Formats: sequence, structure tokens, C-alpha cells
Amino acid sequence: MSREISYGAAIREATDQLMSESDRVYVIGLGTTDPKSIFGTTAGLHVKYGPKRVLDMPTSENAMTGICIGTALMGMRPIMVHQRIDFLLLALDQIVNNAAKWYSMFNGQQSVPLVIRAIVGRGWGQGPQHSQNLQAMFAHVPGLKVVTPAIPADAKGMLIAAAHDNDPVLFIEHRWLHNTFGPVPEEMYETPLGMANVVREGYDVSIVATSFMVIEALRAAEALARHGIEAEVVDVRSIRPLDVDGIIASVRKTGRLVACDAAWKTLGFAGEIIALAAELALENLRARPVRVTLPDWHTAASPVAAEMYYPTAVTIANEVAALFGKPQRSAQEWKLVRKAPADQPDLSFIGPF
Amino acid sequence: MRCPVHLSIGQEAIAVGVSAALERRDFVLSTHRAHAHYLAKGGDMRRFIAELYGRATGCCGGHGGSMHLIDLSANMLGSTPIVGNIVPVATGVAFATWLDGRDEITVVYLGDGATEEGAFVESINFAALKALPIVYVVENNFFSVYSPLSVRQPPARDVVGIAASHGIAGARGDGNDVEEVYRLATIAATHARSGAGPYVLEFETYRWREHCGPAYDNELGYRSIAEFESWRARDPIAAMERRLSQTSTIEPKSREDMARECAAEVDDAFAFALASPFPTGQSFGDAYSSVTAGR
Ligand SMILES: Cc1ncc(C[n+]2csc(CCOP(=O)(O)OP(=O)(O)O)c2C)c(N)n1
Repeated sequence: MSREISYGAAIREATDQLMSESDRVYVIGLGTTDPKSIFGTTAGLHVKYGPKRVLDMPTSENAMTGICIGTALMGMRPIMVHQRIDFLLLALDQIVNNAAKWYSMFNGQQSVPLVIRAIVGRGWGQGPQHSQNLQAMFAHVPGLKVVTPAIPADAKGMLIAAAHDNDPVLFIEHRWLHNTFGPVPEEMYETPLGMANVVREGYDVSIVATSFMVIEALRAAEALARHGIEAEVVDVRSIRPLDVDGIIASVRKTGRLVACDAAWKTLGFAGEIIALAAELALENLRARPVRVTLPDWHTAASPVAAEMYYPTAVTIANEVAALFGKPQRSAQEWKLVRKAPADQPDLSFIGPF
Repeated sequence: MRCPVHLSIGQEAIAVGVSAALERRDFVLSTHRAHAHYLAKGGDMRRFIAELYGRATGCCGGHGGSMHLIDLSANMLGSTPIVGNIVPVATGVAFATWLDGRDEITVVYLGDGATEEGAFVESINFAALKALPIVYVVENNFFSVYSPLSVRQPPARDVVGIAASHGIAGARGDGNDVEEVYRLATIAATHARSGAGPYVLEFETYRWREHCGPAYDNELGYRSIAEFESWRARDPIAAMERRLSQTSTIEPKSREDMARECAAEVDDAFAFALASPFPTGQSFGDAYSSVTAGR
């Protein structure tokens, strides 16, 4: 029996192993050493490694990002942490103008081995400024790597790969994943960036999903299987670099594509996947490709908004059903009723964030 | 209630003292911890509580939640929870009144954490450059979430001094003493309204409850019980009550009446909120105020 730990614990373990492997690795971010320690992901590390290796910081995201870049140029391996990705907007200048460009701008003489961990919020009335998924903005910029692991084993392996990587990597954690469990090897290992993973094999349709939508896609696939449709679920894992070959291989195999993203629709990642399928596998497509994404709105705070805002396994199942000319079903009919409301990851979660 | 709340409990005197020094027409903008600022400026209580409950009758119609409080009828222009990001906006409000030669002043509240954002220094620099009619009210409660000042700022750092180095007038005061807040805010408001330029006020105070949420969280260990108790002994409301009863300008009877009236107003606001409908969701998709073609 392999050991099961949470996604959050996997991140903590990866960080611990990285820090003991190399004294060049340090962790910095508001709250890394406080009692809540970024939802437990940095718990105890400041005690183990001391105040020069795990640091709290001023509420100064832009300058602190630049400061991390400076240390990276000097050979350090900073892991910067933000409780929400929304706060990275303050650091766009350093991330986009410096971190992303340093390597190419100075003709490859130096690179910026910086990991930025950023968390995407959802639910419990957090409202428009604490629950955005800004992955596409960052992934649009050449020079940045952007990863969105969905399962604990990938959270660990990809954080280790990101920290070993010589380029800046934005490591995006969906808040609703922190408390999900899965098998995670105890030893240190890398899950290479840029490789998608077929998490469920199927031959009727490819559901290509990112981050929390992988969880929804797997639930949808089970429901679809009960109705005779075998969906393949591809966990993208890394938005940039993107495993174009792996994704397209699945699309060629099934001939149908549903691109599921935990972010906005317009100019987003799901559209990118469909563009690639059109460019590279048009002759294999047997149905119109479909996007399942957040609507192009801001997340209103009201609890009723979450129900309208977030696509679920039911949304995915119905989109797939439509491709096969099958009827639309309710959550009950799909046997996909969630126990918790749409603004709660599970019933144990009672806010605030 | 399914909404993160950053309570003002323990920090009430600043909002009350500052608001008392303002005219209703003056503008106020604030942060995630805006409840007291909103109410003290005259924001509607019913619409505030309804917003916390995500109801259609809320001050943002359920779009914003606790961290986005607005009441245009009271010139409470809004609050935002991205630390520091309201400061330039407030400076822009003051810039507009300055451009138009109006006589309203603008007050922006911010925490000690927000003074660490570049936008703060960038804003006061511009405000000083143009002598804008704005008062920056820094509520120093010693923490940014659970991170104490000691891990964020060198001991010698002094926000009034930072202002002074830009030629901006300022003062520091006891944020739990409502009369002192009022006295300093009156000086600051008069200064700003006279065209003499911005003013920076720093008040020390203390947040009683958890950073976010209704509970106490001292058991987490990020601050000592002794520290908490010493601040609780300086409860701004109890202190004001003591002072009033000593100077006996207010009868015990009318004190009780006031307390009853306040409690009734609060009860009414909660009842109103709970009886209000949820939004239908029609407006949730409105990210633009107008689109003439395309979608
Ligand atoms: C740009 C940004 N960084 C971090 C946060 C997370 N955060 C929310 S409230 C808060 C505390 C800010 O402290 P301060 O300005 O002193 O206000 P207080 O909560 O003490 O009233 C922080 C860091 C945020 N909302 N925005």
C-alpha cells in the first residue's frame, strides 16, 4: 500500500526535501512562518531550517519579487509564496519585465531560477479580488513556465522539478486541492514540467483539463461510463511548456475534444487547446470541440453566485452527452450530486478562506 | 453568513473620531477592514449587513461581500482588499477635487501593512507634489495578518517621518482614544481643506478578533495573551463611556436608551438582511457598463 497524503502536505514535503538537498533554496512570503503557515504548506520549516531559510516578508510584492530575482541571479533558489494569485498583479513588472526576460535579454548569460507559488481561491464569499485564476495572463508571456498540478503526487514532483529548473516557474495551486489526498512516494523525485498525464483512459472523447477541473472531469468520466461513453481524461499539469504531442495524441485517438479549464473562457487556455487541435488534428475531429470554463465574469461574493459560476462534473457530462446526441441530465440523474454547496470544497470547510 | 469578514472590533475609535471631523460631503475610501469606516461615515447599516449575507439588497447587490463596502449617498466611495491598492485611487479622488477646485477632502484608511506597498509612497509623493486635499489615516494594529511588524519593518521606521521627508505634515496618536483621534483628525482635515496639502495620521490600535473571521485567535500563539489583555483594557468604547460618566455629561438613563437604540438598529439590519432575497444572478455577468458591438 502506498502512502496517501494531502496535496498541501505533499507541497510541504517537497519543500522540506528541497531545502535539505541544497542550502541555496530559501522560502519567502507573507505568512510562511506564522501559525497558519500558508495552509500548512510551510509548517515547521522555519524551525528546522532557521530564519535565513524561511522568511516572512513585508507586504511589498513587487519589490520582494525583484529582490528574489536578485538573489536568483546570485545563485540562490528562492521559492516565493503568495496566499492568493491575485496579489501577483502587484508584481507583474518584476515577473514579466525581469524574471521572464532576463535569460534571453542578456543573451543567455544568466537565468532566473525562481519559483513563485500562488494559490487560486474559490468560494465562501471571497469575491472578485480573491478568487481569480490569472494563469493565462502569465502563460502568455514567453520565458515564464506555468504549472497547475491537480493531484498530490504531481504537486510534490512538480514543485521539486520547478525548484530544480533554471527558469522562473509559476506554480499554481487551486485552494480546493490542498485538502485532497492521494498516493505520494516518500523519496524525492521530479515530475517533469511539460508533460501531460492521461489519468483515465478512454476512446470516445478526450477531456483535457487543468487543475481543479481534473477532479471534476474524472467524476464526469465515471458518470459518462455509466451511460456507455468512455472518456479519456488528460491532466494537462503544465500549461507552459505544454505537452502538445501528448494532448494531440489523445485527441487523434478519440476524435472528440472537451477542453476544461478552471479559468475564464475568452482568450484562455481552453481556446488554445482547441486551436492546437484544429491546427494539428482537424482530420481526426469527429465533432465540434467544446470549451468548459468559467464564464467571462467576475466572481460575485454572494453564495448563490458560486452555483452559477463554477462549471462542474455535471456541466462536463452534459457537454459530452450533447456531442453524442444524448439527453441532458440533472445532477441526480448523473449521480453526481455534491454533498457540499458550490462555495465549499467540503462540508468541513467553513471559511473564511 | 458565508463571507470572510475582517472585523473592526477594537479599532472603532479611529473611524468614529475621523468621521466626526469630516463633513458628509467629504470622501472616504478604505480597505478589507472597512466595516467601521463605512458605518462611521454614515453608510447604510441595512445594506451593509445584507451585503455580508450576499443579498440583492446589499450595498453591492451581493457582488462584493464584506471587503467591498460602498454607499455613494454618504460619499463612502468603496473599499478594496488588495493591500495598498485603494491608496492611489483615493489619491485620484483628491486629485479630481483639486483639479475642479472643489472643497471636499478625501480620507483614505490603510493598515500598517499597506504602508509597505510601493503604491503608498508613490501616492503620497504625488499628493505632496500637487498639494492634494487628502488625509492618509494609517491604522497601525501591529500585524499584517499574523506577521508582526518585527518581521516586516525595521524598528526605526516611522510612517509620519516618511511623510515628513516628502514635506507632508503628519501626526501620531492613540487610536483607542476617540477624543484624541477627533482632535488630530480635525487638524488634518482643516489642513487639507485649506489647500496646504496632504496629511498623514498614524494611530496605534489593536485588532481584537482573528485577522479574518468572528472568533478570537490568540490561541494560535502569534501574539501573547498579556499583549491582548493590555489592549483590551484600553477598549476605546469602554474608555469613552468611563470618561462620559465621570464628566457626567450624560445620564445613565440616556446611556441605556442609546445602547438599546443601537442594538435595535443592529437587530433591524440583520432582520432586513435575512428577509432579503438573493440576487437572481442577472447582473453577475455584467463585466462592462456598455458594449456597442461584438461580445
Ligand atoms: C497585495 C496583497 N497582498 C497580500 C494580501 C493578503 N492580506 C490580506 S489582509 C492583509 C493584512 C494587511 O495588513 P494591514 O494593511 O496592516 O491591515 P490590517 O489587516 O491589519 O487591518 C494581507 C497581507 C492582500 N490582500 N493583498
